[in-house]
Amino acid sequence: MIEVDGAGRSFTVGRGRARRTVHAVRELSFTVAAGEFVGYLGPNGAGKSTTIKMLTGILAPTSGRLRVAGLDPTRRRTALARRIGVVFGQRTTLWWDLPLKDSFELVRLLYKVDRNDFRRRLDELTELLDLAAFMRTPVRQLSLGQRMRGDVTAALLHDPAVLVLDEPTIGLDVVSKAAMREFLGRLNAERGTTVLLTTHDLGDIEKLCRRVMLIHHGRLGFDGTLEDLRATTPGEDSLEDVVTRLYTASPADR
Amino acid sequence: MARTYLLLAWTWLRASAQYPVPLVMMVLGSFVLTGMDVAAIWIVFGHTRSLGGFALAEVMFLYGTAGVSFGLADLLFGNVDRLSQHIRAGTFDAMLIRPASAFVQVATDRFSVQRFGRLAQAAVVLAVALPRLDPPWSRIWMVPVMIVCGVVIFASIFTIGGAMQFLLTDAPEVSNAFTYGGSTLTQYPLTVYGGDLVRAVTFIVPLAFVNWQPALYVLDRDDPFGLPYGLRFAAPAAALVLALAAALAWRAGIRRYRSTGS
Repeated sequence: MIEVDGAGRSFTVGRGRARRTVHAVRELSFTVAAGEFVGYLGPNGAGKSTTIKMLTGILAPTSGRLRVAGLDPTRRRTALARRIGVVFGQRTTLWWDLPLKDSFELVRLLYKVDRNDFRRRLDELTELLDLAAFMRTPVRQLSLGQRMRGDVTAALLHDPAVLVLDEPTIGLDVVSKAAMREFLGRLNAERGTTVLLTTHDLGDIEKLCRRVMLIHHGRLGFDGTLEDLRATTPGEDSLEDVVTRLYTASPADR
Repeated sequence: MARTYLLLAWTWLRASAQYPVPLVMMVLGSFVLTGMDVAAIWIVFGHTRSLGGFALAEVMFLYGTAGVSFGLADLLFGNVDRLSQHIRAGTFDAMLIRPASAFVQVATDRFSVQRFGRLAQAAVVLAVALPRLDPPWSRIWMVPVMIVCGVVIFASIFTIGGAMQFLLTDAPEVSNAFTYGGSTLTQYPLTVYGGDLVRAVTFIVPLAFVNWQPALYVLDRDDPFGLPYGLRFAAPAAALVLALAAALAWRAGIRRYRSTGS
């Protein structure tokens, strides 16, 4: 479902003599099969968001190639948009001044979703994510937890094969977090939606992901099951300690 | 693309209609403000019989055609020069994940009735000037042609200005010199400017084709700068070339888009 083959992205920063090239991501390769639930970990600035942006067609890679749902994200951006759902925890993709209901209607028209399918999915999501109480509220007046549920709904109304989540539980309280995790777990198990999840919350990883990828200094540092990840540091019980050790290891160690 | 444009513009219009009073105030404000330009022309003609060799009605005709073209281009695509705000706020990323042209999404963002004020005022001036000039039917066909070409030329300049912002996030000021500057420049007969500037806006930034060259045809006047007669019919070609350049610039810009941190 996702194929990444030697993908890299560099940025030129600074001017004149101070000009230099920063490699945000280099020689990244991995594949994700249909139906997988993959956690994508890495310290701040490791290249997680750059990877997500390349996969969703926001950024063009400077080297290598990517395919998501069978399409090249940069060349077929709008076609890809119909097949994937994207949620950014840090910022909304909804229309700030529109009531939630109107935002969803706009999504329906933009994604050309059949009216009956739309009705059915929206009813289902409204119930699962408990949206009814703030359906007519403009997005800017929603609480973070409500907004996040709205964003997830908007990303799923066109029934995408792949869901890409960039820190979807950031800033949520324990109750909202648990509800979001349960929802995502069910979505993957019952509908078979492929999910790629980046997060700093290891609880998300432990509850949801069978497979974990870890990126560090723009390269893939680990790719395997949750058990394999624990096994990298024998004797450590908590996932947090294991991940801390991997994050702080210098690139030469691996 | 047109369907997406109408859909998004209509949605924004409905959203802005939730606050009707500020809306009406802004349309009126914009109407009055641009009306000051006309007052300025009026005052000039209180002291002299002609401006750069052109009579009042002829100057009003130039003003009206430039204003309608610019007003329409600004109404439809003026928002594109606010691209850098979207890039900095991260909202441009959200546009790129939707199955719609990013250009259309930026152009329609916060579409509001306020944008009609400038257009309405210019249309009134043109409607007053045309009957006073009473050009023959054999020449009047050029008026709609020149307005469409003017819209394309201004829209292309807006787009090129927007595309530059993919590289320089502080470019709005530079592009405003060509868009709003170009709008002011084309309001007057080019004879009030120097010959070098006229050559520049004829052959480099083709602002002379917004209204000046086709207007010479409608008004049946000799070119005061002695440029070839055929240039009067060159507006569609100039508009097409500029539109192609704008489309290429936008595509190149999107491929170089760097997004923001996090």
